[in-house]
Amino acid sequence: MEFFKPGTHIDFMGKSTYALLFSAAMILIGIISLILHGGPNYGIDFAGGTVIQVRFSQSVSPGEIRESLKDVGLTGMVQRFGAEGVGEYLIRLQTTTSDLEGLSATIEGALAKRFEGKTVEIRRTEMVGPKVGKDLRTKGLQAIIVALIGILIYISWRFKFRFAVGAVVALIHDVTITVGVLSLTNTELSLTVLAALLTIVGYSLNDTIVVYDRIRENMGRMRREALEKTVNISINETLSRTILTSGTTLLVIVILFLMGGGVIHDFAFTLLIGIVVGTYSSIFVASPLVVMWEKWFPSKGEKRRT
Amino acid sequence: MAGKKSTFRWRLVLILFVLIGALIYCFPTLVRETPSWWPKFFPQDKIHLGLDLQGGMHLILEVETAKAVESAAERIKNDLKNDLKKEQIIFTSLDRVQGDKIEVVLLNPEVKEKFDTYRKEQYPLLQEIDSKQEGDRVKVLLEIDPRYREDREQSAVDQALETIRNRVDQFGVSEPEIARQGANRILIQLPGIKDPQRAKDLLGKTALLEFKLVDEGYDLSRALAGDIPFGDVILFQKVEDPKTGAVRKIPYLIQDKTLMTGDALKDARVSFDQNNMPYISISLNPAGARDFDRLTADNVGRKLAIILDGNVYSAPVIKQRISGGAAVIEGRFTLDEAKDLAIILRAGSLPAPVQILEERTVGPSLGQDSINKGIKSIIIGGILVVLFMIVYYHLAGMVADVALIMNLLIIMGVLAAIPGATLTLPGIAGLVLTVGMAVDANVLIFERIREELRLGKPPRAALETGYSKAFLTIMDANVTTFIAAVVLLQFGTGPIKGFAVTLSIGIAASMFTAIVVTRFIFDYVLSKFRVKRLSI
Repeated sequence: MEFFKPGTHIDFMGKSTYALLFSAAMILIGIISLILHGGPNYGIDFAGGTVIQVRFSQSVSPGEIRESLKDVGLTGMVQRFGAEGVGEYLIRLQTTTSDLEGLSATIEGALAKRFEGKTVEIRRTEMVGPKVGKDLRTKGLQAIIVALIGILIYISWRFKFRFAVGAVVALIHDVTITVGVLSLTNTELSLTVLAALLTIVGYSLNDTIVVYDRIRENMGRMRREALEKTVNISINETLSRTILTSGTTLLVIVILFLMGGGVIHDFAFTLLIGIVVGTYSSIFVASPLVVMWEKWFPSKGEKRRT
Repeated sequence: MAGKKSTFRWRLVLILFVLIGALIYCFPTLVRETPSWWPKFFPQDKIHLGLDLQGGMHLILEVETAKAVESAAERIKNDLKNDLKKEQIIFTSLDRVQGDKIEVVLLNPEVKEKFDTYRKEQYPLLQEIDSKQEGDRVKVLLEIDPRYREDREQSAVDQALETIRNRVDQFGVSEPEIARQGANRILIQLPGIKDPQRAKDLLGKTALLEFKLVDEGYDLSRALAGDIPFGDVILFQKVEDPKTGAVRKIPYLIQDKTLMTGDALKDARVSFDQNNMPYISISLNPAGARDFDRLTADNVGRKLAIILDGNVYSAPVIKQRISGGAAVIEGRFTLDEAKDLAIILRAGSLPAPVQILEERTVGPSLGQDSINKGIKSIIIGGILVVLFMIVYYHLAGMVADVALIMNLLIIMGVLAAIPGATLTLPGIAGLVLTVGMAVDANVLIFERIREELRLGKPPRAALETGYSKAFLTIMDANVTTFIAAVVLLQFGTGPIKGFAVTLSIGIAASMFTAIVVTRFIFDYVLSKFRVKRLSI
């Protein structure tokens, strides 16, 4: 079985201008969304606060939960957790108290009183102090930057610098668009989502490297060809593999997204976006950038027609 | 071909070794209980589950090291006060200011000179940061040597860690994790804990035990009105009504001079009185017993207050001199309270108060849910990938599937084998992700082989070139993911760390299975049968 017949020839490089415009638009939309939302939608891991996960024996309305919280003098956000009809909700409060059990007991009492006849179970309580949240934010950003630098160094060593530039720009592109989509969909940035972002940093590079590897190999064979053509041939030759691997990975992530349960939901969603964007960028961003870099800063010593 | 044959055998041994090893380590996890025939020297441990999967409590405490420095400053101040009096270096006031600094007002510049010489000789830890002449008096501001200060802060955290470890050990939690985090934080993980509040009370209490005398020579109501004699403080005893649960506070006027502290304790046990009410009997170490002997002898007929963290627990009358170093603490304890107090007293006090910075409690039912859903995702995702590979690559796809299954076994085996590794919910996600990614290497190889076959190469040559050309690409692609995983490992806490661990193991294992194992299977088939056409 084959998805792409040998000899497939799609003119990716010819479409790279549109692709770059598309990418720029995506990034812009993401950034605008981030500005309008006043920065990323930090979850309690990074912003501090308290989250309590409750489950009712039957589905109830989030509004009513909010009301019952008001009865005990608490204001919080209530959102459905997991699939509809399960009766599972997240209650998020700004306060950070050291008496978390007291708080959750208060809430349990208030809920039990209002929803008589339905059982309430407190399944999870989490409190993160503002100090820890701030620390994690700095450390998270550091982690992403350190990972990017590490990868830049590795690719510069294995390939040429112009490849490394293309790869890292593509990575920043992937992460920015993913964060933008998270902002648009109002997904909370939590520790697990950060882990997903870092995984994207590693994973989206997979595709890029496979294409780059082929470009490098073909550059040796096709000395007389224009770099642009070599790049285009290389993308086409690896297309089958690129789509296949992204496909199998996406397959399992979709399963995880659908069946993994509430806690893993955002994680899977982030990966889903990241892998789609990452696959796109290795073809439409990382590879054209190598050609552009070569046009702007021709490498010395190598004679080649452009 | 002799060389070829020997690498063939060698590879077979390696693969069998890894496979059997992985199976042995996986076994305890896969069965509910290890059967009786399972040899004792074989691994017995199941894969360690993270708190998010098995339920439990995660705490991050911050040791308020500044308080430890302050109490050190307080001690030094008291010593200095006594010594200056002894040396007849006259001062009009001597106080602790700004937390950990000491301010002395000396009689005149002459005394200041005397004071300076004395300080340099006897208190090298104190450094002058400011001195001002005010009329005749000289006001001196002293601070503690920064190196000593740092030392105090460090040892406060070390001590707190030790004390908390002791308390957790005695509380009886199976497989707790207690570790230092950063300069002054302590991470505590208590799997499967049922009563989080009780655990928190137990861990968070400073448990500073003090013995002080009650001041009975003064009218308590006047003191409560605000007229407190010099050197006295008012402390309360909390009494809870067993029926209504209402808390009553009984005030005591206490002479604020610590006669003994919990340091003098050797042991603390729960005992019961004739009404079957629990109380705590303590025994003192030799030095403590001596002090207690003298203390009781000097103060027969007076009330001795036993104070824990500023709360009076009991204030019995000293009926007679007590020798031998045994005493009791009474209070209206419930059995659990008495047990916990005894643990705290045995484990010792924290050198400084601690503050809860982060707390996460996961109920066991949620954890079980997560496990079930995670396993379901792995199985369904796995089956889909396996089927896809067969449809797309036929027999070669099956070979890749064998590698995939072996890959999962190795990851589980390694997770079970490494003592520190835990499987967390994101870790399960990592496992699912690995299933998707593990076939990547094989896809790369197979696509290469197909290309070579198209060029008209015979099966064996196509195989050879396919593997060798794909190898570097696979390597490069995996190293970058590995870099990201290692960064996560450094950065991450709990669940994230679990994800990074699974991902890293998955990458290493998939390189082995996708390259070594599949290659071996192909080589074996090609050497046994006359293959004219690869099913790929």
